Parts: sequence; structure tokens; C-alpha cells
Amino acid sequence: MTSFAGNSPAQVRRGLSWAERIDLPRRLTFAAAAIVVLLVAILLGFITWNGIQVFLHSHIPLENLLSTRWEPLADPQAFGILPFVVGTAGVTVLAALIATPLSVGLAIFMAEIAPDWARRIVQPAMEVFVGIPSVVWGWLGITILVPFLRQNLGWAGFKFGFSLFAGALVLAMMILPTVTTIAYDTIKAVPAELRGGSLALGTTRWQTIRHVVLPAALTGLVTAVVLGMMRAAGEALAVQMVIGNRPLMPTGLADPMTTLTSQITLDMGNTVTGEPWNEALWLMGLVLLAISFAFVSLVRWLTRGREIGA
Amino acid sequence: MTSRIGRSLLADRIATIILWSIAVFVVGILGAIIIHFLLASVGTLSLDFLTSDPSRSEVGGVGPVLWNSFYILVLTMLITVPLGLVGGIYMAEYAGPGRLANIIRLSQELISSVPSIVVGLFGLAFFVVAFHWNFSALSGALALAVFNLPLMTRLSEQALRAVPSGERDASLALGATRWQTIRNVVLPLAIPGIVTGIVLTSGRIFGEAAALIFTAGLSTPSHYDFANLNLADPASPWSPFHSATTLSVYIWKLNSEGLGDFVRQIADSSSAILVIAVLVFNLGARGLGRVLQRRVSGASS
Repeated sequence: MTSFAGNSPAQVRRGLSWAERIDLPRRLTFAAAAIVVLLVAILLGFITWNGIQVFLHSHIPLENLLSTRWEPLADPQAFGILPFVVGTAGVTVLAALIATPLSVGLAIFMAEIAPDWARRIVQPAMEVFVGIPSVVWGWLGITILVPFLRQNLGWAGFKFGFSLFAGALVLAMMILPTVTTIAYDTIKAVPAELRGGSLALGTTRWQTIRHVVLPAALTGLVTAVVLGMMRAAGEALAVQMVIGNRPLMPTGLADPMTTLTSQITLDMGNTVTGEPWNEALWLMGLVLLAISFAFVSLVRWLTRGREIGA
Repeated sequence: MTSRIGRSLLADRIATIILWSIAVFVVGILGAIIIHFLLASVGTLSLDFLTSDPSRSEVGGVGPVLWNSFYILVLTMLITVPLGLVGGIYMAEYAGPGRLANIIRLSQELISSVPSIVVGLFGLAFFVVAFHWNFSALSGALALAVFNLPLMTRLSEQALRAVPSGERDASLALGATRWQTIRNVVLPLAIPGIVTGIVLTSGRIFGEAAALIFTAGLSTPSHYDFANLNLADPASPWSPFHSATTLSVYIWKLNSEGLGDFVRQIADSSSAILVIAVLVFNLGARGLGRVLQRRVSGASS
């Protein structure tokens, strides 16, 4: 009776070799995987440091920054970032409101209704859709959407053109494939037995979708929309091209207005490092970073205990 | 009773019609966009347009900016593909469910969530200013690498995970070490998935603009001297230090500045190139994936 007490025969025979103990491949691959952690730290550090310079260096009081007046060229200068925060929130929510019914509808279609040939068209179409670049959407917005809105939408001297609404429409198109794809995966993941059980009770297909499939997929659908909103809030060029870029508090959907991303895009090149205007823009970058990290936390909370599909 | 059943059937019918309409509507939009750009670029889009220099007095070409798009794409991929592949190997083959892996995953999610304009700001402060690389192809490619690296890592990890564990077990049972198993068995089987992912990601990078405005530069080059092979000379189009406005950035710049009467023609045609590029990258990824898959499975059976 031999007793190797927990050691594998190979280890007993020759012990662990030098190469096995060092396990170079493991260490090297780990280094490559861990770079991203370093990257987050550096990025967070740089954006934060530059973002707080407006307090540390230019000593702009908080009341000024939290006001609704953005007049960097006036005297005294005003750096209220509220119009941008409201603008970003406005287009993000509106884009989600427009995109959600279309995306969820399309996801239901693909998962529950579409015959094979239709799914073989819609699925690749979504992949192409998601690949259309931001500037192309912006250019379409300028040349097609805004003129269309101007001619067809408006009443009593009240004209839609470059506006919050135009920005939200373009954003809705941009997040549509993202939301659709994630929503589709979620609906696909609802166990077939649930559908079978419901249909066996004599329900129609739509009753099964509404009362069984959608409730079962609800958290995933919410996650899909939140991920879409995350993308919408951070999108810069397409929005900037159609939104009108007027740094005032919006009063309605037809107002030309602006967002955090648009204003950074437009102003950054006109400013010089160290001046308050520049530092206020960095603060807006920091706010954007905080918004996207908040979205990540929200998604993590929604998908806690599950594999994240995004 | 009968009327309730009737109502249910009617609701089912209506819902089906609405869902079909949504699908037709969305696919229709995509079709309309593609057709619109193809029609709008007729007459402008030609080999000459793709290769010649921009001009102020007539419809110029997009040669230099198109060159920059490819240059930055290749440079970004040179940085992120090897690193992402190796990192993906760790995440798929070595990392367990531990805390370390969790931190890496969280970091990947955080980086992916950062808006590209903020990545651009970071690139401006870090690569352009702190490292003195100025507005250059290198700064631009590194900024793109920031959010492309976690994507590549994730993609390689998923492709490696998709390899059936039986293949690993068989190799290990034959006495191969873990690394030998990864290198000679798992990696080759994962290659089709990884290549498909790389090509799809390339399409995304090709159209990216927001992160490049503050890193790769905004100056439109009038003419490139391709005979200048001095890599340290910022005037050489081959140099990573040359200021590199890409095609997407060029479209944005055209709309914000207005270069004259030909803006619409140039921007329409440039957009058409980007849309066609997305189609080509997508079809290419599918085709390439299928071919490689056949070769891999043919070799292993």
C-alpha cells in the first residue's frame, strides 16, 4: 500500500519543475490583462485632477458653476454648467423614450414571431446599424432630418429645426441597435417551458408574450435601456451637429440647445490650458465621467448575481 | 365568452401586425440610408475622389484623410490585438472567479462606459501634452487603444471560452502542460472567432471621430509626399508623428467650417465611403470567420 498523501504521482516522481513553479505564461498573460486596471486609474486620476482645477486654480465659486448662465466671454465671466446637464438629461431621456418601444418591439419580433428568413435579415441589419458612425448620423441629421422637421413639424410660428427633439431623434436611432440586441438576448433567454406552459393553457401568442415572456425578461429589458441611455449621454458629434448649440436653459422640445458633450467638442479648441473657461470644460468632462460610472453601477446592480451580457 | 376569445384573437392579430411593421420600418430606415448615400455619391465617388488631394476650388479628393483612417486603424490594431489576445488568454484560461479577475472585469466595464469625447480629453492631456506627441497619428491611435483594448480582451476571452473543454482535457490527458495546451490546441480553435471580432471592431474604429478630434488633429493635409520615408519626420505620411485627420473627423470638420459650395458633395461621398466600409467590414468578418472555421474544423477532424 503506497501512500502519496495528496501529491500527484508526477510530483512525487520529480517534484515541481522550475518552469512550473514560476509559471511564466500565467504571469505574462496576467500582466496584459491587468493593464486595463492601470488604465482606469490613470484616466480617472487625470480627468479628476484636471476637472477640479476650476476650484483649485481658478477659484470659481460653486454658485457660479451651478448657475444657469454660461457666458465665458462676458465680464464678469459666468460658467454655469446647468444648461448642459439639463440638455444631456433631456436628450438622453427623450432618446430612450423614442427608442425603447421600437427596440423592444423589434426584439420581441426577432425572438417570438419572425420566421427564419426574416430573422436572417433583421439580425445582420442590426450589426450594420450599430456600425454606422456617429458623424454619418450627424450628417444625415443636418441634411435630411432637420430640413424635414422644419418643413413638416411646426405650428403658429413655432418651428422645429436644430433642436432638442432633432438631437433626441438622432440619438434614438443610434442606440436602437444596442438596445434591440441586448433585449433580444434577454427575451431569448426566457425558458421555453414558460411559453409552452402558457400556450398549453390556451392563451394566444400575444397573451403569452405580454403576460409571461415580458415580465420574465423585465430586468434584462431595463438593463438594455439603461445601457442605451449610457451610450446616448456620452455621444458627442452626432448630437452636436443637430442640436443647435445654444447654451441656454431649454424651455421646450423645439429649442436649440446644447449638451455636456457638444459644448466640450465645440469649445475645447478655443481655450487655453489654465484659463477658467478651459477648466470649466474639464469639469464638464469629469461630470460626464461620473454620469457614465453611475450608469455602470446601475447596470451592475440590475444584473447582480448574473453574467453581464454587454 | 365568445367575444372575449374574439377580442384576444383580435389583439393577437393587431400585435403581430404592429411588430411586423416595426421590423419593416427599422430595416427600411437602414435600407433607405444605404440607398440615399449611394445615390448622393453618384458622380462624385470615384477612384480619383478616393486618391486625390482635397481642394478649395473644386470637389477635391479624400486621399490623405482616407490614408490617415487606415493608418490609425492599423496602428491601433498593432497595439491592441497582441495585448488583448494575451490578456484574453489570462481571463479565459487562468483567472478563476476570484477577486482579481473581478477587479479586471470591473475596469473593463468602466473603460468601455467612458464617452469617447472624454477619452479624447484624456488623450489630449496625456499623450498630446504630457508625452509631447502633439496632435499625431500616434496620439490618436493610443486614445483609440484605450477603449479598444478592453474590447479586444473581452472578445478574445469569449472566443477562447467557446472552445469545448473536452479539447483541453484531451490535450492535458496526453501529458501536455497547460501552456502547451493553450498554444497548440485552444488558441488555434479560437482563431476564427477572434479574427471575426477583430474585423468587426475595425469597422467601429474606422468610423470613430470624437476621440480623435483632440488627439490626432484637425488640420486638413493638402498633399502627402509618400516618397518621404523618414519615420521621425512629422511631414512624412508614414510617420506616427504626422498630424492625422481621418475621414470621419473630416466630415465633422467640413460641417463645422464649411469649405465652399462642394461641402455637401464631399461630405455625402465621404459618408458613403464610411457606410460602405461598415458593410464591407461586416460581410468580410462573416466570410472570413466561415472560411477559417472550415479550415480549423477540417484540420482537427
